[in-house]
Amino acid sequence: MFKIVRREEMSEGTVILNEIEAPRIAKKALPGQFVILKSGEDGERIPLTMADTDPEKGTITIIYMVVGKSTAIFKDLNVGDSFLDVIGPLGKPTHLEKVGKVVCVGGGTGVAVLHPITRGLKDVGNDVTCIIGARNKGLLMLEEQMKNASHDLRVCTDDGSYGHHGFVTDVLKEVLEEGDIKLVVGIGPVPMMKAVSNLTKEYGVETMVSLNPIMVDGTGMCGGCRVTVGGETKFACVDGPEFDGHLVDFDELTLRLQAYLEDEKKCHSDYCTIRDAK
Amino acid sequence: MAEKGAKKTKNPRVAMPEQDPKVRARNFLEVPTGYTVKMAQEEAARCLQCRKPACVQGCPVGVDIPGFIDLISQGDMTGAIRNLWTKNALPAVCGRVCPQEIQCEGKCIVGKKGEPVAIGNLERFAADYERENGTGELPPIVEKTGKKVAVVGSGPSGLTVAGDLIQMGHDVTIMEAFHKAGGVLVYGIPEFRLPKDIVAQEVNFLERLGVKVECNQVVGRTVSIDELFEEGYDAVYVGVGAGLPRFMNLPGENLVGILSANEYLTRANLMKAYKFPEVDTPIPLGKNVVVLGAGNVAMDSARTAMRLGADSVKIVYRRSKEEMPARKAEIHHAEEEGIELFLLTNPTKYLGNEKGRLTGMECLRMELGEPDDSGRRSPVAIKGSEFEMDCDLCIVAVGSGANPLLTSETPDMKLNKWGNVVADPKTGKTTKPGVWAGGDIVTGAATVILAMGAGRDASNSINDYLTYGW
Repeated sequence: MFKIVRREEMSEGTVILNEIEAPRIAKKALPGQFVILKSGEDGERIPLTMADTDPEKGTITIIYMVVGKSTAIFKDLNVGDSFLDVIGPLGKPTHLEKVGKVVCVGGGTGVAVLHPITRGLKDVGNDVTCIIGARNKGLLMLEEQMKNASHDLRVCTDDGSYGHHGFVTDVLKEVLEEGDIKLVVGIGPVPMMKAVSNLTKEYGVETMVSLNPIMVDGTGMCGGCRVTVGGETKFACVDGPEFDGHLVDFDELTLRLQAYLEDEKKCHSDYCTIRDAK
Repeated sequence: MAEKGAKKTKNPRVAMPEQDPKVRARNFLEVPTGYTVKMAQEEAARCLQCRKPACVQGCPVGVDIPGFIDLISQGDMTGAIRNLWTKNALPAVCGRVCPQEIQCEGKCIVGKKGEPVAIGNLERFAADYERENGTGELPPIVEKTGKKVAVVGSGPSGLTVAGDLIQMGHDVTIMEAFHKAGGVLVYGIPEFRLPKDIVAQEVNFLERLGVKVECNQVVGRTVSIDELFEEGYDAVYVGVGAGLPRFMNLPGENLVGILSANEYLTRANLMKAYKFPEVDTPIPLGKNVVVLGAGNVAMDSARTAMRLGADSVKIVYRRSKEEMPARKAEIHHAEEEGIELFLLTNPTKYLGNEKGRLTGMECLRMELGEPDDSGRRSPVAIKGSEFEMDCDLCIVAVGSGANPLLTSETPDMKLNKWGNVVADPKTGKTTKPGVWAGGDIVTGAATVILAMGAGRDASNSINDYLTYGW
């Protein structure tokens, strides 16, 4: 059992933070790695990239958007409740190296995944600019943490309610124009990562993205998470989750992410109906 | 399992009752329903009690077959299960999934002139009887040696090693990557062939003997083998199985609706997705299902798809029925349940729609040519024989390779060119001191009982190492 020691609601309650006791994982986890969580006996195995770890306290932090039945069940867990299973750390850690000027771009809950990577890139001596965005001010997350993790934080909202009015790619373009960028890390919804990768390709700047396809075991056993990268099939769980954004087939990934869309909608609404009736 | 076409005899083997094919093709209950006491004793009486039993030589773990059968015929069911346990920690599993026809029963003298004694059925009976009516009394407890062994993987070989070593007095901890113990017995083999409650009870039996089972431990990620030694383990057994699915590498393979058998069966078995939405993990339901491959895993996948309500399920295989690697009994069961065999057929391309979903498959007809290196006649494509078949779900069951997750993190453990761990065939010793390996990670995908045989050899060697230092 993996006890929840801290719980926060973010982005107007659509996003949840859980800090969970998992000493063995906390000790081993590195930026970019993920865990698989399962709430109860009949639960689904849900992969989530860790937003933070505290090896001394023996905890890991996950931040997730409530999108289906499983995350709705997660949301209903309170401090003191436990996840039945937490497995990890899984996936390859981020390759952290001093390269010079780096831009970290995050959208939605991708900002949570980006957080330890940004901090890691800063810690090894890079000059880190960070761009984070959300649909509106209320949905923006981790602004303070990202400010601390980078040298220069730029914020944008789609509706202009806070920071730059527009998309993260608009701001990224400005930064790329300034020149001398060695690496861009883009993490967020697939359309955002695709847009970031298309833009940086024009500038010939190396770009890394972190993918979160559907998977079951997370250890390379099922192949459900296969993605096409540079024309080759890769398993995101063991070959990734980070890949060269210029080589990822984002269109295929988008379609594969919709494999169970109908099932998910149905069982999420059933769950909410039953829960609300109680 | 008496099959049609088996040799006629004056002393026929007692058939195990089975669910009717039409009924069972749509449920997940076990297919053969088990012997009654009377049936078991009648079958046990067919054993000749050979003085030099050939059947025992055919058993990879050396079960005292005439011994336990004699006890059943005398009505001493407790004696029978105790006799089995001395050589086999998983009799309820082996009685169900071992290929007895090429092992013990293949060597049975009674079988020379008629049908062999139903050793597998009797083994299953003894284990089921103990579970349902037994005393629950454990084998005598042995004195502790104070040595600690970590067993990585809780499949058949790991469970065998754990069962052996705990009964030799060592402390044993099993590390399982999944959230439930049993390895392929829980994620791979379907409920209708091996009920999961039975696996859970076999694991529970080991726990009652003192084995510790730690789930959610991905050795190679959560903890490394070297860290296990640092934590105080004296020896490590690696039995992580063949957990890397092979695909066909055909155009369109990443369309939605194409799954590895590993994924399909894991969803159905481990995650119990056949009960969706009662459980949270979904599984794709196909109307026209194609299974690529013709081994036991392919049969399991096809029969699962049929139970999930498919209109048609086709096994597509490039060779002929002769060459199908699945057990005859499994092929027979599949055909009885309405699964079609598309033999001498090779897929060349997956076809999809604008939503990226599978809609069909292009195939070629094959004919058998000259024998290849394996002695099997190799299939040759018939020119211009391309045709399309509709299919909205394809399960790829063409084998699995060595999963590199653990081995790539353990560079001082030597691998062969296929990524399998190099281990001494007699002892299971690897090139890394204090580390043994066995089962599919060494041999490539094989059977439950061969993995158990490898586990048995390794546990004897580990015991020597812990006791005498060699």
